[in-house]
Amino acid sequence: MVSPILPLTLENVELRRQGKRVLGPVSYTLDGEGITIVMGPNGAGKTSFLRCMHGLERLSRGRMQWQGDEDRIRARQAFVFQTPILMRRSVLDCIAYPLILDGLSRREARKAAEREAEIVGLKVTLNAPANVLSGGERQKLALARALIRAPEVLFLDEPCANLDLHSTAEIERVLAGARDRGTRIVMSTHNVGQARRLADDILFLSDGRLIETGSRDVFFAGPGTPEARAHINGDLLP
Amino acid sequence: MNDIFEGLTQAARLVVTLDADLAEITLRSLQVTVTATLIASAIGLPLGAWIAVNRFRLRRIVIVVLNALMGLPPVVVGLVVYVILSRSGPLGVLGLLFTPTAMIIAQVIIITPIIASISHQAIRELWADYHDLLISLHATRRQRIATLLWDGRRALMTASLAGFGRAIGEVGAIMIVGGNIDHATRVLTTAIALETGKGDFGLALALGFVLIALAIAVNLALHVLSGTERGSRW
Ligand SMILES: Nc1ncnc2c1ncn2[C@@H]1O[C@H](COP(=O)(O)OP(=O)(O)O)[C@@H](O)[C@H]1O
Ligand SMILES: [Mg+2]
Repeated sequence: MVSPILPLTLENVELRRQGKRVLGPVSYTLDGEGITIVMGPNGAGKTSFLRCMHGLERLSRGRMQWQGDEDRIRARQAFVFQTPILMRRSVLDCIAYPLILDGLSRREARKAAEREAEIVGLKVTLNAPANVLSGGERQKLALARALIRAPEVLFLDEPCANLDLHSTAEIERVLAGARDRGTRIVMSTHNVGQARRLADDILFLSDGRLIETGSRDVFFAGPGTPEARAHINGDLLP
Repeated sequence: MNDIFEGLTQAARLVVTLDADLAEITLRSLQVTVTATLIASAIGLPLGAWIAVNRFRLRRIVIVVLNALMGLPPVVVGLVVYVILSRSGPLGVLGLLFTPTAMIIAQVIIITPIIASISHQAIRELWADYHDLLISLHATRRQRIATLLWDGRRALMTASLAGFGRAIGEVGAIMIVGGNIDHATRVLTTAIALETGKGDFGLALALGFVLIALAIAVNLALHVLSGTERGSRW
């Protein structure tokens, strides 16, 4: 068994962009297993928080620490963006791409990509250009590409934001499967129902600050802060 | 009008009879310009990609210089190459003046900035699309450039073609450094200039038509080649 890159610790992490504080100060430790759902209103800093942990943002202040050497840290985590980034390649080559980077032959990589497409339930012509896919299919492509390296940690930024119920259910099924195989998942959503279905833990962000953390049951039994209460109640109102 | 018609018929006759001089001149044109385009592409494409992908201190200056070099008057390039290659020049010992190699050098200098600039533009757009993904997947710098070059290959081919088009029709610089020597450095454009000077418009026009046909043929060939690739919708 390879040594894990978790826990991840953030100490007083702060992101400032154009003189404005967009995140922090946040202190948090990511460890253990399961699915952590990041909630919060629009502009609360969910995207910034996820990107920051994944190493896509330069910290303005504070410290962040994964375990192990830089290459392993980078290779053992994956990110699914809110708007899938498609390469100008076929569906299969898009999914296979991370393995090509890892030095596998195109044949092996594509074979693995076929399996991964199957796992996420991507039933399209795999040799078609990726940009012909629908929104839900694109998100599945992104998910397959993210899972193909069997990451230890998977970040997803509102992966179901623009999807219909059917696609959302399928993605949730895949995520539950990945969790059961041991992938640590951190995902943002503003879909309270999705949070209830998937979460083991909840993080609640407001104005760039982490104002609640806790297990799903505790969180939904009664959020401590008025912001979180308003958020779930607001979303539950018809 | 008569001249044009005569030029066309003469061009047809020269082509149909596989005129030896015409074939030689045409082949030399192709050889010089294809070589120059390949060399300029080998320099210009990665250079354009490099500038698009890397933030370094002199980046803006490099881009400004590249754009300025695009407007470089070919005659001046010819003059400078001439001075450098002339017997008393710094590279005079190589004895390259009035050879096809000198013409290739001049053309490379003229079209490399064009190829670099166009590819820079194209790769910058692609990089903006791919940036977060490639960073997220931890692609090395080399892998990033390779990916951008590969996925941007159509735009890059256009850049090379623009360079080819500019080079095959260029006359000022290669006239100076090549000397338009019969059976040595005469190419289509310099032959046209010569025949026009002599007043032989028919032959000049014939050569002109061959030149145009050549440029179109090369563009078409590459278009067909790229169009038949898989995933051609990109
Ligand atoms: N590069 C940036 N420049 C300026 N402001 C930014 C930048 N990135 C994010 N922000 C701001 O930071 C805040 C948090 O954004 P974001 O992390 O996208 O929130 P969320 O994903 O929760 O909606 C927003 O107010 C947003 O406008
Ligand atoms: Mg967001």
